[in-house]
Amino acid sequence: MPPSPYSAPDNLGEALGLAAAPGARVLAGGTDLLIQTRAGRLAPTAMVDLKRIDRAMGIRPAGQGFVIGAATPCTALRDDAALVAAWPGVVEAASLIGSVQVRNRASLGGNLCNASPAADSVPALIAAGATAVVAGPGGEREVPVEAIPAGPGRTTLAPGELVIELRLPPRPPGGGDAYLRLTPRTEMDIAVVGVGAALVLDGSGRCTAARIALGAVAPTALLVEAAGAALVGTKLEEGAIAAMLAAIDAAISPIDDQRASAAYRRRIAGVLATRAVARAAARARGEQA
Amino acid sequence: MSKLHITTTVNGDPAEFLCEADDSLLAALRGPLGLTGTKEGCGSGDCGACTVMLDGSMVCSCLVLAAEAQGRRVETVEGLAEGGALHPLQQRFLEHGALQCGFCTPGLLVAARALLERNPDPSEEEARYWLAGNLCRCTGYDKVIRAVLDAGRDLRQDHGEKVA
Repeated sequence: MPPSPYSAPDNLGEALGLAAAPGARVLAGGTDLLIQTRAGRLAPTAMVDLKRIDRAMGIRPAGQGFVIGAATPCTALRDDAALVAAWPGVVEAASLIGSVQVRNRASLGGNLCNASPAADSVPALIAAGATAVVAGPGGEREVPVEAIPAGPGRTTLAPGELVIELRLPPRPPGGGDAYLRLTPRTEMDIAVVGVGAALVLDGSGRCTAARIALGAVAPTALLVEAAGAALVGTKLEEGAIAAMLAAIDAAISPIDDQRASAAYRRRIAGVLATRAVARAAARARGEQA
Repeated sequence: MSKLHITTTVNGDPAEFLCEADDSLLAALRGPLGLTGTKEGCGSGDCGACTVMLDGSMVCSCLVLAAEAQGRRVETVEGLAEGGALHPLQQRFLEHGALQCGFCTPGLLVAARALLERNPDPSEEEARYWLAGNLCRCTGYDKVIRAVLDAGRDLRQDHGEKVA
């Protein structure tokens, strides 16, 4: 009898063995994989469900940081008070995906490995400095989240590799993050542009670290290091924001599609980045935002 | 390829069925399990007509593989009424005429029950956001929301009586 094309192993070793088969796909929440398979865009030879593997599910403290199982549904993030307090931008990004029904299935690992340029959680994770734990036949490695997407629908994962966990560092003292996106409707829509911002302010309000990441304005979610660098050493004055916007404008390469024109995306990227930085800064100062 | 044999719990009762590996839970419910209350609208997780509860969280059954139900708890719209007594949500949907063609209604009922179990006193805004993944293409949402808020009131009253 040929092996079942669906399997739900309860340990990572078995999952890696099954995922090593040519054409096998890893199943987390299925909110992209099952749709693409039915539409004929993907033809997996086997589906390896991660949801019965303990490491792939749930949110665990790790020092002052967090480990999020790659297949953990997005709704679990909002239910974790410590995570909401530490990384509200990551949680708000995950809470924007689809409907409640979709968020009860969709996961950070799936959002990342589906590699849509418009994935909401990815810019927020990148801004927060999150890493992905990649497991494969050769063992495990931990890489920055921004190293995973390679282009629309493509990742840098080698055949047989999968993302088993996302890791978030401790929120630094004086740190704050935020994610904002634009969609024509408030719910059930895909980002025209999304911006994640994370920064650290010292006691005088001077920015000592900043990471700005954008979605839906390039073939992958994009970390714009120069945009963050433009804020460091400043008190986020007008000139610093202008320098950040110039860095973003130079880095992005938006396209025209059914959701928006490239020119509109370019303009909105700046608007959202300005607002996301303001929101992250308010959180860094301990204000409700 | 031989079919998969799945044992699960549906609306509190043990259930088993045979399915192909790529069958959806929706197809298993409507086919071998004969529970046709759950509807297929879009088949892509956008419309919510196929909403069911899986281990206590509401999901689109079109985006769940039937095989994933192994050992899990599934609840469908057929589990709402107790015996001959309609659930307060069903009663309020009737009174408000919160439907026209009725195709979205089973999904709306399951989703609304999940809301009221989590928060028996939602604001109108909370109810509208919670039900954003349930599309109605006939009548709009006003009567639906009024029915849900009224049913919440009914359930709070029932609960109050039991406590008293």
